[in-house]
Amino acid sequence: MTTTQLEPITLTHLDWLEAEAIHILREVAGQCAHPALLFSGGKDSLVLLRLAEKAFRPASFPFPLLHIDTGHNYGEVLELRDRRAAELGERLLVRTLDDSLARGTIVLQRPDQGRNAFQSITLLEAVAEFGFDALIGGARRDEEKARAKERVFSFRDAFGAWDPKSQRPELWDLYNARIHPGEHIRAFPISNWTELDVWQYIEREGLELPEIYFAHEREVVRRGGALVPVTALTPSRPGEQVERISVRFRTVGDIPCTAPVASRAATVAEIIAETATTSLTERGATRLDDQTSEASMEQRKKEGYF
Amino acid sequence: MSGLQALNANLPVSGLPAVDRGVLRFLTCGSVDDGKSTLIGRLLYDSRAILADALHALEASSRKRGLAGIDLSLLTDGLSAEREQGITIDVAYRYFSTGTRKFIIADAPGHAQYTRNMVTAASTADLALILVDARKGVQEQTRRHAALAHLLGIRNLVFVVNKLDLVGYDPRVFEALQGELEAFSRSLGVARPAFVPISALVGYMVVSRGSHLDWYQGPTLLELLEAAQADRSQAGRPFRFPVQLVCRPRTAGQAEFRGYQGRITSGAVAVGDPVRVLPAGHTTRVAGLRLLDAKLSHAVAGQSVTLLLEDELDISRGDLLASVVAPPARALDLEATLCWLSERPFDPARPLRLRHTTREVKARITDLAGRLDLRSLALEPAAGLKANDIAEVRLRLQAPVFVDPYRADRATGAFVLVDEASHDTVAAGLVRAVPGGRP
Repeated sequence: MTTTQLEPITLTHLDWLEAEAIHILREVAGQCAHPALLFSGGKDSLVLLRLAEKAFRPASFPFPLLHIDTGHNYGEVLELRDRRAAELGERLLVRTLDDSLARGTIVLQRPDQGRNAFQSITLLEAVAEFGFDALIGGARRDEEKARAKERVFSFRDAFGAWDPKSQRPELWDLYNARIHPGEHIRAFPISNWTELDVWQYIEREGLELPEIYFAHEREVVRRGGALVPVTALTPSRPGEQVERISVRFRTVGDIPCTAPVASRAATVAEIIAETATTSLTERGATRLDDQTSEASMEQRKKEGYF
Repeated sequence: MSGLQALNANLPVSGLPAVDRGVLRFLTCGSVDDGKSTLIGRLLYDSRAILADALHALEASSRKRGLAGIDLSLLTDGLSAEREQGITIDVAYRYFSTGTRKFIIADAPGHAQYTRNMVTAASTADLALILVDARKGVQEQTRRHAALAHLLGIRNLVFVVNKLDLVGYDPRVFEALQGELEAFSRSLGVARPAFVPISALVGYMVVSRGSHLDWYQGPTLLELLEAAQADRSQAGRPFRFPVQLVCRPRTAGQAEFRGYQGRITSGAVAVGDPVRVLPAGHTTRVAGLRLLDAKLSHAVAGQSVTLLLEDELDISRGDLLASVVAPPARALDLEATLCWLSERPFDPARPLRLRHTTREVKARITDLAGRLDLRSLALEPAAGLKANDIAEVRLRLQAPVFVDPYRADRATGAFVLVDEASHDTVAAGLVRAVPGGRP
């Protein structure tokens, strides 16, 4: 065989993670009739898009991109979302919480209420509308304790609910996406990636990110240990001191529940250095909705949240 | 905090690491209270994979449970039910990096009834850490976990003798356990198991050497993990490439393009190599290897690629491209070791599907040769199969699959059984032989 004379190939950790993710994406395409890939314009979903290119090109993606828009997203993130989808020539579907509000399937207690928890309602409505049997998402097991136990192919019943106690066994790389009508699968190609892996991959692949991931000056107030950006949706409260400091977002989502961190890291390399030496977890520092209780993520996932 | 410094020395200052030894997956197993969760907590803590806010949450949880110090085991017990009962009921995956290597830990529960979780965790592991409590010595669970790890094809077994602090750091305790476990390993056929004395609680010999184990000259646990050989780096096996998708864009400029997309499970392949297409049996040559815009001259096990062939052949998902010199065996009947995973016992009336690589065929269990007694590790007669049973069976398939013995190839030797009605994954299978065939 000719192979014996060739240079030995050593897979770096990113090569290995990439190859695993590509395999997972192709399994979704091979096993599911109507999948969709959740794409928000955030860093994890931009990584997913790159992986999908590597999995399926030169063909187009065997699924549309889907964004569940809370209506409270940063403009620059949505701009990149639309531009990336157009550059790749892929179909982007957007469903907004406003649709569900109009239908009355979501009722807000206050107009400025955080909308993240309601995303699952609009998401499940989109699943029903398009008949999706699989949703590909960028969730990672290092984000949260309940996620550490979730399968790569995670089964959702007819109510979109996750039951952590009766998950399908998942061995080797033999994924089981068989479902009955009305049920669906959530597939997580970057389950085994950490935040640092994601940034290193962004560096290696030269991926473009929304500007708000990099250090910029922004008006914030300090509230409950977090920096809260001062926006039209989240004005400062009486007695709070508005500061203008250098911050960046580590995670990007619904404005009222996503907080930036103080940072001067203006390049991907600087962010990698900061991520490697940070003392706060990604969600802990930045997600105002996960801190409610020890089991809050598990609870929301049981109800259909991503 | 010397351990912390030792680990952080290699963490990236910025950008990509200069030296990258890839990924090592390992599982941790042991009896209840052997200190497994504490060891994982120690690895995560010393490698700074646990960050300050998680640590504060942990302190609060520990206090709520009336504990004096931080209980590192709470880090891995992620589900509400586990926190309530103080036990681990499902496999949890954890991550840490030393800057030169990324580690994925599969934490398998130690309870007897959760054999299936151990099998799940072992299926993807390159290495197994088996914890032994220095005070309690070798337990039934210790032998069982070593036997299961070996059965699942893990070549690196590491016996971690924990709680040396509770036996006065006595070398004789460690040496006696090592002798006993070496003899047991030989009886299993395990080539060269490794042994490390540690105290996970105090942190000795995990990352830093500590001060009371000077009589031990071997590597620390972390040094051992950094040096261990990952399974998939053994690319010397015959080439195997299960086809996941056929890529036919049919767009302008790509009208002629026909690529086969998949992940090389074993061996290596280069442009120009002859390959056998199974089940059709044709032989053709590799015309190209692609990864997006990159054109590769060759590729190895673990890589996901798009493969082009010289001839236009009828190939679809579920087919296998394989070495011409050493092709796999065609099997309509299989002798296999089965681990029953479902809470619902085996019922011969329920139709099953066998999923092997990217191929799926109807299957029937035709013979139950016996069940492994997990105490004596001997085969005993069995009337049925229930959750956590490990049995030797014979299967009849509706259409052929192309297999290697699991001992030789963990990808083409593995399968799962799916219940056709419930769609549940009900069993994991390891190919032992093809009756009348070559393996």
